[in-house]
Amino acid sequence: MSTIVVFVEQVGGAPRRSGLEALGAARGVADSVVAVVTGEGAESAAGALGTHGADKAVVVGGAGTCPDALATDVANACKEHSAKAFLAAATGAGRDLAPRVAAQLDCTLFSDCTALEKSGDGFTVQRPWLAGKLVATLGSTAPVLCATLRRNTFPVTERGGKAEVVQVSGTTDFKAVLKDVAAKTGGSLDVSEAPVVVSGGRGMQAPENFKLIEDLAAAFGNAAVGASRAVVDMGWRPHGEQVGQTGKTVSPQLYVAVGISGAIQHLAGMKTAKVIVAINKDPEAPIFKLADYGIVGDAFEVLPALTAAVQELRKQG
Amino acid sequence: MKIVACVKRVPTTETQAKVAADGTSLDTTGVQYMLSFYDEIAVEKAVQVKEAAGGEVTVLSLGPVDGTKEMRECLAKGADRVVLVKDEQWHTRDARATARVLADQIRALGADLVFFGRVATDRDNAAVGPMVATMLGMACVTDVVEFELDGTNVTAKRESEAGIETYTLSTPAVITCQKGLAEPRYAGLKGIMAAKKKPLDEVECAVEANQVEVKNLALPPARSAGRIVGEGAAAVPALLDALRNEAKVL
Ligand SMILES: Cc1cc2nc3c(=O)[nH]c(=O)nc-3n(C[C@H](O)[C@H](O)[C@H](O)COP(=O)(O)OP(=O)(O)OC[C@H]3O[C@@H](n4cnc5c(N)ncnc54)[C@H](O)[C@@H]3O)c2cc1C
Ligand SMILES: Nc1ncnc2c1ncn2[C@@H]1O[C@H](COP(=O)(O)O)[C@@H](O)[C@H]1O
Repeated sequence: MSTIVVFVEQVGGAPRRSGLEALGAARGVADSVVAVVTGEGAESAAGALGTHGADKAVVVGGAGTCPDALATDVANACKEHSAKAFLAAATGAGRDLAPRVAAQLDCTLFSDCTALEKSGDGFTVQRPWLAGKLVATLGSTAPVLCATLRRNTFPVTERGGKAEVVQVSGTTDFKAVLKDVAAKTGGSLDVSEAPVVVSGGRGMQAPENFKLIEDLAAAFGNAAVGASRAVVDMGWRPHGEQVGQTGKTVSPQLYVAVGISGAIQHLAGMKTAKVIVAINKDPEAPIFKLADYGIVGDAFEVLPALTAAVQELRKQG
Repeated sequence: MKIVACVKRVPTTETQAKVAADGTSLDTTGVQYMLSFYDEIAVEKAVQVKEAAGGEVTVLSLGPVDGTKEMRECLAKGADRVVLVKDEQWHTRDARATARVLADQIRALGADLVFFGRVATDRDNAAVGPMVATMLGMACVTDVVEFELDGTNVTAKRESEAGIETYTLSTPAVITCQKGLAEPRYAGLKGIMAAKKKPLDEVECAVEANQVEVKNLALPPARSAGRIVGEGAAAVPALLDALRNEAKVL
C-alpha cells in the first residue's frame, strides 16, 4: 500500500488549482492520498478535496504564519502515514516548504517536475535542467520521494468521493513569523500563473509605452504583463514581471513577445508556452525562430490594431 | 557578526546545452562558467551587511579547484575569506548531499547570518538554502527582496504570488536572495589588489552519496517551425484567424 502526502495551498477556503493538480498527480501513482491544508479557511477547503482525489485531509491549525513550523507539521504527517512520496505544487509557497520537509525527512528534493511515474517499487520523474535547455529523467533512492510539480502540467482529477477530515494542532515552535502580506494591487494575475502573457522588451522604447502592452493584456482579459530583463534592469518594469532564466518560467496557453529580440536567457523562460506570437520590426530577430506566428512590424502600429481586434472578438463572445 | 555567503559555479546562461555520449550528462566541451546569478547578490548583500554592522564575510563553495578565479572575484568585491570545499564532481551532487557539506562548514564557522542564492541556475533546485537552515535549526526566509538587521532582529520581505510577505526572525538566520535585494558591485583595482592577500582555504571533505539517479538526459522536443503571418497592422486579421482557427487558443 503506497501513500502519498500532498500539500494543497488554499486561499480563503478555496484550494488553489495547482494544489488540485498535485492531488491528481498523486492519485495517478498512489493507493492512498493524504492532503495537508492550513491557514484561514483550511477546513472548508479540506471538505472539497475528496472529489479531487484525496482520501484523507489533514487540517493543520496555527502554522499558517510560520514556514518552519508548517514544514515540521507536514513532515510529521509524512512519517505518521509512512508516505512513499511528498508532493507540492511548485508555487512560491510550495517551493519554500518542500526543501524544508525534505531535509526533515533526510531526503533530497526533485524540483519543478513535469512527469511522475511509478517504476518498480519507486518513482521516476522528469524535470527541466538548465532552465529547460535539458530534460532529465531521474530515479530516486530517497526513502521518501520529495518533489514539487510544475503548474499547468498535471491534470486535475474529478471523481465522486469524500475525504476523511482530521484536525491536528501543529507545532508552536516558530522561528520565522509572517507578520503581514501586502497584496498585489488591482488583483492583477502573476505572470507565472496567467493563461495569457503579453511581454514587452526594449523595443517598447520607453516605460510609458507599456500602456500599449497593458491595453492588449486587458483586452485578452486573462492576461498578465511580462518583461525582458533589459527593461527590468532599466527600471521600466518591476522585476516580478521578468521572464527568463533569471526571472520567471512561464508556460501559458499564449505568449505574445513584443519588441523582444529573443536572447537565449529570455527563451529559456517561455519556450514551453503552447503558442508563441512575436511582434518585432526586425525580420531577422531570433524570436521569430521560436514563434509559431510572427508579425514583422512596428509595435506602435501593430499593438493598437491587435488590441482593437481582440476587443472586438471578445465582444462577439 | 559572522556572515557567510554560499556560491556555486555553474555554466554561463549563454550555454547551448549538448548531451554527452553517455546520455546522462552535460557535454562540458567549451562550456564557460560563472557564479550563479543570485549568488552574486548573496555576496553583495553579505558585504553590505558587514559594512553596516561590522563583522567578517566568508564565501563558502563546494566546487572545483578551477573555481578559485570566481572566488577571488568575491574577495575583490569585499568578502574577507574563502572556504572552498574541493569537489570535482560538484555539479553532479544532489541538493541533500550539497546541503550536508555546507551545513557542516557553516556550523564550524559559527555563522550568525548565511546568504544563499534563491536558486542555482544549473539544476534549478532552489533547495539548498532552506535545507541547510532546516539541518542547522536556523530560521529561514526564501526569495527575499528586502532585508533589515537590527542587532539580532531581522525583518525580511519575501516575494510570492500573493504579494510581498513580511517576516520577522532572529539570528542565526538563513536568507535566500531574490533579484532586487542588492545590486552586485564591480570589483575596483583596489579590491583586486587587496584580494590577492586575503585567505583562500581549500579543504577536503567527504560527500554523501546522491539520492538522485540520472536515467536519461535529452534536449527538449523542438518546436515545430512557425511562420510570419504578415507585415504591420495589416497582418492582425491573419494573426487572429490563426490563433482562433489553427492554434485554437482564443
Ligand atoms: C546572466 C544573464 C541572465 C539573463 N537573464 C535574462 C532573463 O531572465 N530574461 C531576459 O529577458 N533576459 C535575460 N538576460 C538578458 C538577455 O541576454 C538580453 O540582453 C535581453 O533579453 C534583451 O532584452 P530585449 O529583447 O528586450 O532587448 P533587445 O535585445 O535590445 O531587443 C529589442 C528588440 O526590439 C525590437 N524593436 C525595436 N524597436 C521596435 C519597434 N518599434 N517595434 C517592434 N520591435 C522593435 C528590435 O528589433 C529588437 O529585436 C540575461 C543575461 C545574462 C548575461
Ligand atoms: N556547490 C555549492 N556550493 C556552495 N553553495 C551552493 C552549492 N550549491 C548550491 N549552493 C547554494 O544554494 C543556493 C541554491 O542552490 P540550489 O538549491 O542548487 O538551486 C545557491 O544559490 C547557492 O547559494
